[in-house]
Amino acid sequence: MTDYPIIRTVGLTGILVTFAGAMSEEANKASVAFRAAVDAQKWPEVSETAMSLVSVFLITDLVAHSAADIIQRLEALLATRDWLAAPLPEGRTLWHIPTVYGTDLAPQLEEAATAAGVDPDEAIRQISGTRVRVLTIGFAPGQPYLGELPENWNVPRQKDLTLNVPAGALVVAIRQLAIFTNPTPTGWRHIGQTAFRTFDQNGPAPFALTPGDEILFPQVSRTEMEKIRSAHPDGFGAADREAIG
Amino acid sequence: MSGQMNILTAGPAMSLQDGGRAGYFASGLTPGGAADTLALHEGAALLGQSPDNAAIEMVGMGGTFEASQDTIIALTGARMTAQIDGTPVVWNASHILAAGAKLAIGGAQAGTYGYLHVAGGFDVPENMGARGTHLKAGIGALLSAGESLPLGSGGNGRAGYRLPDADRLNGGTVRVVESAQTREFSDETIRRFGETAFRRDTRGNRQGVRMDQDGEGFFANDGLSIVSEVIVTGDIQVTGDGAPYVLMCESQTTGGYPRIATVIPCDLPRVAQAPAGAPLQFEFISLEEAIALEAKARAALKALPGLVEPLVRDPSDIADLLSYQLVSGAVSALADPFDT
Repeated sequence: MTDYPIIRTVGLTGILVTFAGAMSEEANKASVAFRAAVDAQKWPEVSETAMSLVSVFLITDLVAHSAADIIQRLEALLATRDWLAAPLPEGRTLWHIPTVYGTDLAPQLEEAATAAGVDPDEAIRQISGTRVRVLTIGFAPGQPYLGELPENWNVPRQKDLTLNVPAGALVVAIRQLAIFTNPTPTGWRHIGQTAFRTFDQNGPAPFALTPGDEILFPQVSRTEMEKIRSAHPDGFGAADREAIG
Repeated sequence: MSGQMNILTAGPAMSLQDGGRAGYFASGLTPGGAADTLALHEGAALLGQSPDNAAIEMVGMGGTFEASQDTIIALTGARMTAQIDGTPVVWNASHILAAGAKLAIGGAQAGTYGYLHVAGGFDVPENMGARGTHLKAGIGALLSAGESLPLGSGGNGRAGYRLPDADRLNGGTVRVVESAQTREFSDETIRRFGETAFRRDTRGNRQGVRMDQDGEGFFANDGLSIVSEVIVTGDIQVTGDGAPYVLMCESQTTGGYPRIATVIPCDLPRVAQAPAGAPLQFEFISLEEAIALEAKARAALKALPGLVEPLVRDPSDIADLLSYQLVSGAVSALADPFDT
């Protein structure tokens, strides 16, 4: 039995602080909070921080800086509070991202609803009514993994991949949602379509989302989506955002 | 108006590459950049300029190029056939490419990633702080015939200089440290991994290189239930079929497959350059040894300019010519050199 949190070096690239051996709401929130705390330290040796589902990663040049020294500081910071009970930090964003559920734009809504044991209307009610949090960003630039959905959405990925799900697709599996950055083959089911671009290399801020941000996916009609696409070429797909603490 | 390099024909995977763009890991973007970072430094040393300049990376096959003005170039990385207007030119060296002359770079004879550098660098606009192409992320794109790249000004490189031949082009031993998940594998599996003679598989690109071998696969104790965790360049990921993949500069930033080890940065060019079928073996070393080796490799990068030497030594450059014994070293073309 491993005692968490554990601190490990990662290659010569950095140091990883892990709060749990599996995804959990507490460990994910602890990672968001601890990452913010590490950022606030402004340690000159740390060039970047990032987080995965249950870990905080500090990028630091282990050739130039002593891992032991940074680990000691991390241990001291860990000891300052119970991170599993830490509140989410301030300065996060709540996004409202208009979404078409089902139709030919997102053909797997019915199938996903069946897997979750509800009818499509109830599926839309549940998904659009759940405020999900960005658990981590990865796989593709800016691509968020969002959760957690109610327990009935603990549906496995499909065995056979859907060959080409478009960018902006809202997909579901294992109590999580994702918005795809690029067209991709996937085992996740395509239940909604947004006009939201998670990564715009030409924009002033190329990445829209950061772990800890929260998202609602209000339902719009297909016609409204067409209007949004033509009226909002900026890539955010008419998403609204508000600051949350 | 400044000059340009015109691409007349292009191999299947040519792209502009530099040191990559750090700073976006949290947003899911690996730095990318040249697959063989040492080759980038060698080109910079040959041209007497900063390694921050972008070069054209050519995978397996080069292309044909023509500059609109006299341009000093350098060729590094995978050894490829190269001719200027039909005359073969030496690899790992700098040359003059006269305005309108045709530089034809052919297939790789050793290694995988070849580089074409120009004095002054390529003056293309930066995107997110770098000029390198990140194919996986869709930043930039492969170069194709008909494109022209603007040449930077201020280059003061000299033609006719060389560096010692690269010794990393045909596989060999690669040093690794334990990754965050090495201990998810049994001691026996880790030992077998270190003793296995791998071959570089034909499947490999800027995202990762698959390792082939004849024995059974390498499986973690609880391989399929490991929580998705950060990936760094050089991580050796073992997928469902037990085959290790060395993850390269355009890998994803997180993944759920266990990593059995991590290649130390200074040995990654050897993995990148290994052509399909080349032998590769992984040797576990301690973090302390890895840090010492990497520090040494960085010092060697800084010392590269000191290794640059003229392609042909001009007798007038040799100050004490008269003290050389110019005759007694001559050998007979007919003598058996092993007959002493």
